Amino acid sequence: MDLYQFTEGIVSWLVGIVNWLLNWLGFHGLAGWLGSPDVIKFLTLLGESIVLLAVGFIVAITMIWQERKTLGRLMDRRGAMVVGPAGYFQNIADGLKTLLKEYIIPEKADKTPYNWAPVIMIGSSILLLVAIPLSDRFYMTDLDIGLLFIFAVFSITPFAILLGGWASNNKYSLIGGMRSAAQLISYEIPLLLSMVGVVLLAGSLNVGEIVMAQENSVWFIIPQFIGFIVFMIAIVAEVERIPFDLPEAEAELVEGWWTEYGGMRFGLLMLAEYFRGYAGAAVAVLLFLGGWNGPFLPPELWFLIKVFIVFFVFIWLRGSLTRVRIDQILNIGWKRLLPLAMVNIVIAVAIKTLGWI
Amino acid sequence: MAEMWINMGPQHPMTHGLWNLRVKVEGETILDAEPVIGYLHRGWEKLTEYRTYPQIIPLSDRLCYGSSMTWSHLYCLTIEDLMGIEVPERAEYIRVVVLELQRIASHLMWIAAYGTDLGLLTAFVYCMRERELFLDLLQSVTGARMTYNYPRIGGVRNDLPPDFERDCLRALDYFEKKIDEYEEIFDGSEIFLMRTRGIGILKPADGMNLGVTGATLRGSGVKIDLRKHDPYSVYDELDWEICTHPDCDCYARYRVRMDEMRMSCQIVREALKKMPAGPIRVKAPRNAPKKTAYARVEDPRGEGLMYVIGNGTDKPYRLKVRSPIFVTVSAVPIMLRGYKVADVPSIMGSVDMCLGETDR
Repeated sequence: MDLYQFTEGIVSWLVGIVNWLLNWLGFHGLAGWLGSPDVIKFLTLLGESIVLLAVGFIVAITMIWQERKTLGRLMDRRGAMVVGPAGYFQNIADGLKTLLKEYIIPEKADKTPYNWAPVIMIGSSILLLVAIPLSDRFYMTDLDIGLLFIFAVFSITPFAILLGGWASNNKYSLIGGMRSAAQLISYEIPLLLSMVGVVLLAGSLNVGEIVMAQENSVWFIIPQFIGFIVFMIAIVAEVERIPFDLPEAEAELVEGWWTEYGGMRFGLLMLAEYFRGYAGAAVAVLLFLGGWNGPFLPPELWFLIKVFIVFFVFIWLRGSLTRVRIDQILNIGWKRLLPLAMVNIVIAVAIKTLGWI
Repeated sequence: MAEMWINMGPQHPMTHGLWNLRVKVEGETILDAEPVIGYLHRGWEKLTEYRTYPQIIPLSDRLCYGSSMTWSHLYCLTIEDLMGIEVPERAEYIRVVVLELQRIASHLMWIAAYGTDLGLLTAFVYCMRERELFLDLLQSVTGARMTYNYPRIGGVRNDLPPDFERDCLRALDYFEKKIDEYEEIFDGSEIFLMRTRGIGILKPADGMNLGVTGATLRGSGVKIDLRKHDPYSVYDELDWEICTHPDCDCYARYRVRMDEMRMSCQIVREALKKMPAGPIRVKAPRNAPKKTAYARVEDPRGEGLMYVIGNGTDKPYRLKVRSPIFVTVSAVPIMLRGYKVADVPSIMGSVDMCLGETDR
C-alpha cells in the first residue's frame, strides 16, 4: 500500500461519514458531488500534500535541532536544552517568536518584489519536497525526470535571492544577491555533471529507478566516489552553508540578502534554508547512498537516518571550516570541481561499457 | 557595476565596536577606504583633569576592556616617572606576571573574534573557554575579571595569593597544549590559509611611516618590541625573544600573535621562578612636581604611550594618551585597497581593533 492508496482510504472514509450526514440532512446533490471520483482524487492529493508538508516540516525542525545540538557539542557547549526534551521545542518557540514580531518593510524598498521574494523562496523549497520520495511506497509523484525536476526547482532560488536582494534597496543585500547568483550558477554545473555518472550507471532519471539500480548492484558511492565528493561540495554550495555561505556572510554583509527581512518572513526564509538542506541531503542519499535500502528497519526510517547522517556532515563542515571568499569559491567551482566531474563521467562510462554494473 | 560607498558600521558585525569603515567598492573590489572613528569618545583625557592621581587608576582600566591591566600599568608607570618613585622589585615581577597573563587573555579574545570574522564560530568558543583560565587567574590576584584596578603608583595593590604559582603553572601547561589545538584548527585548515595568506599586505616601510606598531608591524617583519627596545619593569632581566614574521599579510599577523602567546607563557614561567621576596609597594606622594613625564609600554595591540604634565597639585594638568589602534587605523586604507569586500573582516580582524582606547 503506497501513500496514495493510504490517503485515499482515509479520505474515502471521511467523505463517507460526511455523505451520510448530508444524506440524513437531505442534501443529496451535494453528497453525490462529494462522492464523485474526481473530488475524492482532489481531496486525496490535498491530503497527500499535507502529509508531505508535515513530514518536511518535522524533518526541517529536527534538522535545526540537530544542528543546534551537534554544533553545540562541537563547540564544547550544550546547545538548546531548556524548552522541551533536550531543547527540541526551542525551534517551535523561535517560530512563534518570529510570528509575533512586527513585519517592517523598508520605506524605499520595491514593495512587490520585496514581498514576493520569500514567497518564491519558500514555495520553491516546498516544491522540492514533492519530488523526493521517502521510500518506494511513500511518495507524492513518480516523475520520469524526477532528478531534473529537483534541480530545476533548486535553480529557481537564485532568482528569488537576487530579487529579494535587489528589492531591499540595501547595498549589503544587493551584494549578497549578486554573490548568490554568481555562486549558484557556477555550482549548478559541477553539481549536474556529478549526477550524470549516476544517471549513466542507473540508466534513468527517475529517482525510484536509480535507487532500485543501487539495490540490485552496489551503492553508487563506491563506483562513483569522485562524483560523490564533487556532489557533496557542490550541494553544500547550493544550499548555502558554511564554508560556502557567502550570500549571507554575516561578518562582511551583516546578513547578506536577508538583511532587511524581519518577522515571519525571516522565519520562513530560515525554514526554507533547512528545507533545501533536507532536499540536498536527500538527493545525496538517493543518488549515492542507496536511498531507502537497509536491513531490519522500515525503508522510510532508513532514508531519514541516512539523511540525518549526511546533514551531520554539513554541520561538521560548518563547525570546522571558515568561510571561503567569493572569487576563491568561483575558482574552486570552475577549476577544480568541473574537471573532477568530467573525470567522474569518464569513470562512469568506463564502468558501464565494461559491464561491471 | 557602478562604484559605490558602503558604510560598514557603526553597527556592523565586522567592526568590533563602534566605528565606521566607509568602503568604496566597484562590484566586490575595494577601491578606497576611509575609517571614521569617534563614536565612543568619552572625553577620557579631560576626565582625568578632575581626578586625583590615585583616582585615575580605575579610570585607566576603562581605556580598553580587552587589556585593562596594561593601561592601568602604563598610567602608573607614567606617574612613577613624574614623581620619581622607585618600585620594589617584587612588585615589578608581579606586574610582569599579570601583564603577560593579560596579554595572553587579550590575544585569545582577538583570535576568538578573528574566528568569528572568518565564519568559524567554533574557534570563538574554544578561545573564550581558555581565556576563562586566565581571567580566573587574574581574578584570584585582583578580585575582578575585566577592570582590575590592580597596579598602584609605587607598586601593586596586594601580593599574589597563596598557591598562585602552582595554579598559574598548571594553567600554562594546559594552555600550551591548547595552542597546538588552535594551530590545528587554523593552520591545518586550507580555507583559513586561503583567506589570510597574501591578504592585507602592509609593507614594512608603509607601516613604519604611518606609525603602526605592535603585532601588526611585527607581522611585517619589523623587529620592534618596546619590552626589548625600551625595557620597563623587569623585562630586560628575563630571557625571551621578539616574535616576527616576514610575510606582511594577515597570516603573518596571526602567526605573530600565536607565537607571542607562547612567548608570554615562557615569560610568566621565568618571572615566577625569579620572583624575589620583599615589599610590594612604596608610598607615593600626594602631589606631583611641576614637570612633565611620559612612559610607553608594549600593549597587546601596539605601542601605548602616556604623557602627563604635573602642576604641583594632586591632579594632573594634562594627560595625553597615544593609542596604538588610533594610529594603526590610518593604515587601513593601504591594507584594504585592491582586495575584495569579503577580505574586509579578514584584514580588519587582523588589526585587533579596540575602540575604547582609540576614541578615549
